[in-house]
Amino acid sequence: MKPPAFDYLRAESIGDVLDGLAQQGGDARVLAGGQSLMAMLNMRLAKPKLLIDIMRLEELRKIQRKGDTVIIGAGVRQADLLAWPDLVDALPLVALALPWVGHMQTRSRGTICGSLAHADPSAEMPLTLVALGGEVLLRNAKRRRRVAAKDFFAGMMLTARSDDELIEGISLPVIKGSRAAFREVARRHGDFAIVACAAMKTSTGVRLAVGGVADVPTARDWPRLEGSALDDALNAFAYELGARDDVHATARYRRDLVRMIGRDLIGEVLQ
Amino acid sequence: MTRLKADARHSVRFSLNGKLVEGEAEPRMLLSDFLRHQLGATGTHVGCEHGVCGACTIIVDGMLTRSCLTLAAQVEGCELRTVEGLAPSADRLGVLQQAFRRNHALQCGFCTAGILMSLDHYLAGNPTPTEAEIRDLLSGHICRCTGYTPIIQAALEAAAELASSKKETSDA
Amino acid sequence: MVQAAVQSANSVDQSDDRPWVGRSIERVEDAALLSGGGRFIDDLGVAPGTLHATILRSPHAHADILSIDVEAAKRLAGVAAVLTGEDVKAVTTTLVVGVKAPVECWPIAMDRVRYVGEPVAVVVATDRARAEDAAELINVEYRPRGAVVDPLSALVSGVPVLHDGFPGNLASERAFRYGDPEKAFAEAPHRFSIDIRYPRNSCTPIETYGVVASHDAGEDAYEVLANFQGPFSIHTVIARALKVPGNRLRLRTPPDSGGSFGVKQGVFPYIVLIAAAARVTGKPVKWIEDRLEHLTASVSATNRATTLSAAVAADGKILALDWDQVEDCGAHLRAPEPATLYRMHGNMTGAYDVRHVKIRNRVVVTNKTPTGLNRGFGGPQVYFALERLVQRIAISLGLDPLDVITRNLIDAGTFPYRTATGALLDSGNYQEAVARAVAQGRLAELKARRDEARAQGRLYGIGFTAVVEPSVSNMGYITTVLTAAERRKAGPKNGAQATATVGLDPVGSVTVHVASVPQGQGHRTVLSQVVADVFGLQPKDIRVNTEIDTAKDAWSIASGNYASRFAAAVAGTAKLAAERVAGRLARIAASQLNVEAADIVFAKGFVASKHNPENRIAFSRVAALSHWSPGSLPDDAGQTIRETVFWTPPELTPPDEDDRINSSLCHGFIFDFCGVEIDRTTLETRIDRYVTMHDCGTILHPGMVNGQIRGGFAQALGAALYEEYAYAEDGSFLTGTLADYLLPTTTEVPEPEIFHMETPSPFTPLGAKGVGEGNCMSTPVCLANAVADALGVADITLPLVPARLAELVRGDEPPPPAGGATTAPVREGDRRLRGEGQASVKGAPEQVWAMLLDPATLQSVIPGCQRVDKITDTHFGADVTLGIGPVSGRYRADVELFDLDPPRAVTLRGGATGALGFGNAEGRITLAPDGNGGTKLAYSYDAAIGGKVASIGGRLLDGATRVIIGQFFTALARKAGGGGAAGGGFSLFALLAKVASLFGGRR
Ligand SMILES: Cc1cc2nc3c(=O)[nH]c(=O)nc-3n(C[C@@H](O)[C@H](O)[C@H](O)COP(=O)(O)OP(=O)(O)OC[C@H]3O[C@@H](n4cnc5c(N)ncnc54)[C@H](O)[C@@H]3O)c2cc1C
Ligand code: FES
Ligand code: FES
Repeated sequence: MKPPAFDYLRAESIGDVLDGLAQQGGDARVLAGGQSLMAMLNMRLAKPKLLIDIMRLEELRKIQRKGDTVIIGAGVRQADLLAWPDLVDALPLVALALPWVGHMQTRSRGTICGSLAHADPSAEMPLTLVALGGEVLLRNAKRRRRVAAKDFFAGMMLTARSDDELIEGISLPVIKGSRAAFREVARRHGDFAIVACAAMKTSTGVRLAVGGVADVPTARDWPRLEGSALDDALNAFAYELGARDDVHATARYRRDLVRMIGRDLIGEVLQ
Repeated sequence: MTRLKADARHSVRFSLNGKLVEGEAEPRMLLSDFLRHQLGATGTHVGCEHGVCGACTIIVDGMLTRSCLTLAAQVEGCELRTVEGLAPSADRLGVLQQAFRRNHALQCGFCTAGILMSLDHYLAGNPTPTEAEIRDLLSGHICRCTGYTPIIQAALEAAAELASSKKETSDA
Repeated sequence: MVQAAVQSANSVDQSDDRPWVGRSIERVEDAALLSGGGRFIDDLGVAPGTLHATILRSPHAHADILSIDVEAAKRLAGVAAVLTGEDVKAVTTTLVVGVKAPVECWPIAMDRVRYVGEPVAVVVATDRARAEDAAELINVEYRPRGAVVDPLSALVSGVPVLHDGFPGNLASERAFRYGDPEKAFAEAPHRFSIDIRYPRNSCTPIETYGVVASHDAGEDAYEVLANFQGPFSIHTVIARALKVPGNRLRLRTPPDSGGSFGVKQGVFPYIVLIAAAARVTGKPVKWIEDRLEHLTASVSATNRATTLSAAVAADGKILALDWDQVEDCGAHLRAPEPATLYRMHGNMTGAYDVRHVKIRNRVVVTNKTPTGLNRGFGGPQVYFALERLVQRIAISLGLDPLDVITRNLIDAGTFPYRTATGALLDSGNYQEAVARAVAQGRLAELKARRDEARAQGRLYGIGFTAVVEPSVSNMGYITTVLTAAERRKAGPKNGAQATATVGLDPVGSVTVHVASVPQGQGHRTVLSQVVADVFGLQPKDIRVNTEIDTAKDAWSIASGNYASRFAAAVAGTAKLAAERVAGRLARIAASQLNVEAADIVFAKGFVASKHNPENRIAFSRVAALSHWSPGSLPDDAGQTIRETVFWTPPELTPPDEDDRINSSLCHGFIFDFCGVEIDRTTLETRIDRYVTMHDCGTILHPGMVNGQIRGGFAQALGAALYEEYAYAEDGSFLTGTLADYLLPTTTEVPEPEIFHMETPSPFTPLGAKGVGEGNCMSTPVCLANAVADALGVADITLPLVPARLAELVRGDEPPPPAGGATTAPVREGDRRLRGEGQASVKGAPEQVWAMLLDPATLQSVIPGCQRVDKITDTHFGADVTLGIGPVSGRYRADVELFDLDPPRAVTLRGGATGALGFGNAEGRITLAPDGNGGTKLAYSYDAAIGGKVASIGGRLLDGATRVIIGQFFTALARKAGGGGAAGGGFSLFALLAKVASLFGGRR
């Protein structure tokens, strides 16, 4: 389990990163916290010719609150965000979900944006981005663009990012007065979710977002529903997500969790 | 910008337990291998090389770090701490290490270095942890021998002892 | 909770008069281990110029090897050699197989692979990374065969057969009869049966295997350093395979080993392989197994299918047992298998007094990793059936399960007790142990908790189990697999030689050497206590060495660290050796102090007269005398420099004519009970309280005994709730990373409440019995019994994956909304991926048809396609180098078209192979005019993927497949419409590469 050979570029400016990506395209990989990429390299599932280490770039390390949005740079580690004093106030859902990402020893290095770039369907940060309706800030050597969360995730570990783009950061809305709830079921503490659910009160009712079931985290908005109407809506949603079996859980079990946890969380945020 | 070529060895320099060290590594060399086989710091162990077992955990610039998920080239100029730097002197164990010995918190000792590093790092910032917090912290490690309880007991005892000795020094 | 439990182990009383044995002193091993000074195999330097090996392994569960092309690998800079089966065969011979049959067992595939992960080639290079680079350049052509993974299916006629030398897949079959079981069954008022599938799992030490081997061509002798754990009977197997006499295989072990739990016995085929590589290259070769290799292909415990029936009286008394066991040893019967099946043979009645027993034992081979030693070794499989049945008997007869247990326990007055199948249970008082556990573990209160929980509608249950834990194996038990006549021919095998050496140096300090090969059990500490007591010294005065060097040390085939033999056998032997030396020292001291030898005591560093303690002489003075002045020793004293004692218990006799076998020397007793709750939402099993009562004879070091119990408990909890080496029906291995093979962590393991009772063994020098494996036998079934009680169900299969309980707890699922999505039922273990979809294409069907059949178009839509060879009009081959996402790899593909119905429909069938795995698929494409000059294209497919990607990325496989297949048709549609967008090709190679790119990062 030793990685294949690659060049290593320690970027000293964003320009270095974008040039590297422009030149090497699909053969280059951004190295952020390494908590996913390095395991993949050790298993020789990935064979980039170039790794571009972005973690020395001060300008990517910022967490900025600007009015009703929070911008989180690509160099912000999961532990940095957890330690951000405004987190609970500005991004209560993130505060609830982030401790579920791996372990203290992986959050200390793994980045928020790396988790989004990696786009594991069971990962908590993509779910949170979708639940909050955030945006991904992409940039290549020529231009910048913003992609809405729901358009960013294209499939299992597939995103709208092109090979030559850096995720510079993300933008998350601060939703005033919103109550949020989050729950996750995994085989063991710290594992990727079998099912993760996030719920939020919205101006028109409630939003439920689910990770770990469909190929991408998926959100659904409902008006205030109760009783059997809510049960029916949850049941329909659970089936629409197209759950499948794997060694850790069955499709039916996943649907059960969507129905049961979804109901609990919606109750929690609406009470 | 520094670009290190794949097929060549490049010098890597950093501080290891307070001492400047230097060696040569290809870009692909893992930090765990560099520490163990280039520098001879074999106290850091390797159990999975995919980030799950925690045996290789060390501290880099104040961050808990899986050395198997880190390239040697990435720590150029950084400050590293490993199990070799825990004891106050060669013939004396530190408070945490003593608590491990007292509580039989290790059997084969293969997982131990990583666990000690996580605890050392955590207790420095959280002097009065609960059992639940220690269990949460250590869920990033696998020990196959002990069943964990003695480890948790050792951690709690060490925390108490460290806190009281700190108190004594500040009282004095 | 933690506090109280650990406390008792810690209170170290230093008051001097008590013996050291029995105290929880701090371990001598720990200072080094706690400060990075351990000396594990990969920490030790190697000779300059040592080469590093990596192993290319089979992605297939069962296939013929048609060809292996190693040229490109050999040409890579830094590569010293590439060995295939043929090269290994040239310098070795097959490993011996444990049953009499014309089959071979090589450490590397010869012309056929029989399990995923079987070695196919060994690459030796200047470093590991380069060796892995080269391994990727090896081209192996396989012809897949059907695979068989289930032990009962393996016996059905017509299924694929693994070895021609075994009839079907049956490697061994024996029937046994003790007492008169037929009569007992005929006369009993009740008969109860249970069918059990015990899963595969492993104790997975955190340190993996390691081997460093060199070969001296001049003397044709091998020197090997390996973290092997014994039994050293395997030394003979290795030497034979390497075609040298035992004295030309010097096998050493490193000072420290990172856990084993039996598993490191399984390093031996790799010792042969790496030694062969050393011989071929003429250089020392080192191999450190990586975690993926370990999970896929080290060893696992056996999985077993058991039908157990009991003849039962109305009061729950078991009158007879009828066992039908089918043991699955994986693809090869590697030494010492089928030992897992026979290790418990004397103990098939557990803790119960049952005089009539019938046993049918079958051993089968399947396309899975070969099995080997694992903590518990046969015990978990047996007790799961027996103790589940005891619970079922109680429920069926309306009795309390605990009453049924106590009614059947062997009577305290009957020890030593000979079981029906031949074991001689040394000592115990099972009734007393149960009574104490019930009181100390507060069973009454636990039952109240259960009642309260149930009243609130919660799922709460209590489980019980009683277990006899055998230790110190009889080296002859495995011969029970042979008939009495075969045994007579082969010659007797029995006993369990333990060795220990005590030496005194010229300044009178004491050294102890044993061949016990600890992997963390603190042997050095315990031996220092034992020997300190004999000499009246302190443990710190005794230096213990537990490394083994077969060229220099005293050892026997029984040496090693297994069957919990240390405390009972090895520590006792060290005591005997020390006593022998002490006896001579007493004679010397007596002559110097002018007293009788009988008046001599060893205490506080002195050898003194009992009657007149002032009349004394320093221990070191007496101890050194043999070195400095042998002439002044009394004539009858003999030397005191070094004494090696060999000890084997006379009770361990070979199987008798009626197949009765005393398979182990000591028998501890365990009684467990626990309360568990199943969460109504997540269906997770939470342990509320776990009580475990142990009688392991005399306790030498309470801290370490509790350490063994807790460690075993945690592993057993893993086996019960999390761990399984899972295989798909096609033999693909599905749990190849520590993210899929789930080991319990701090947040999953509670503290068991441990209680002790001490009934010394009359058969061991210290009265101690083994304690290391008991909870691996008792805990899985105790938890299962509790879950069965909570859910009120009869059948429980391990591991208790929450999802598997959904039907049991909740019944049928709510149906999908009318008109909504439906889900096709999927059989468990069926990993074929199926799907369908459609796309709209601008061109007419004829145009699209032409594209599908045109190599040039195919070449242009398949990314990275260097070449499409048209073999016939409807058969294509292709070489592809793919770089999709982060992955790039070479793939060779072969696609055929069938059932052509131009321009309406076609079936594609094909396969692809590359470094990351292989795939095969069949797809049907239909084209229909859409009425606007375009085409409606519909497709359905059925694909299977195996190899590396399946074992390390199973969770995400089928989603990715659907994405890629969908992408291909979208791309094709664009191409037809002149869009020209590059997409994935309908190519398994594209699919594989893409899929592969997706998994690496999973934790
Ligand atoms: C033991 C363990 C448990 C884990 N458990 C969980 C869990 O429960 N939930 C969970 O969500 N995750 C989990 N993870 C993964 C998580 O820790 C990773 O942090 C995260 O998936 C990736 O973040 P990273 O910064 O480490 O990215 P890296 O590993 O460095 O990169 C991941 C991928 O994203 C790309 N990338 C990274 N940053 C950028 C960027 N700025 N622009 C473009 N591309 C980029 C990389 O090229 C790479 O392909 C676990 C990991 C481990 C080791
Ligand atoms: S070796 Fe790094 S986490 Fe296991
Ligand atoms: S002490 Fe052996 S793995 Fe923890």
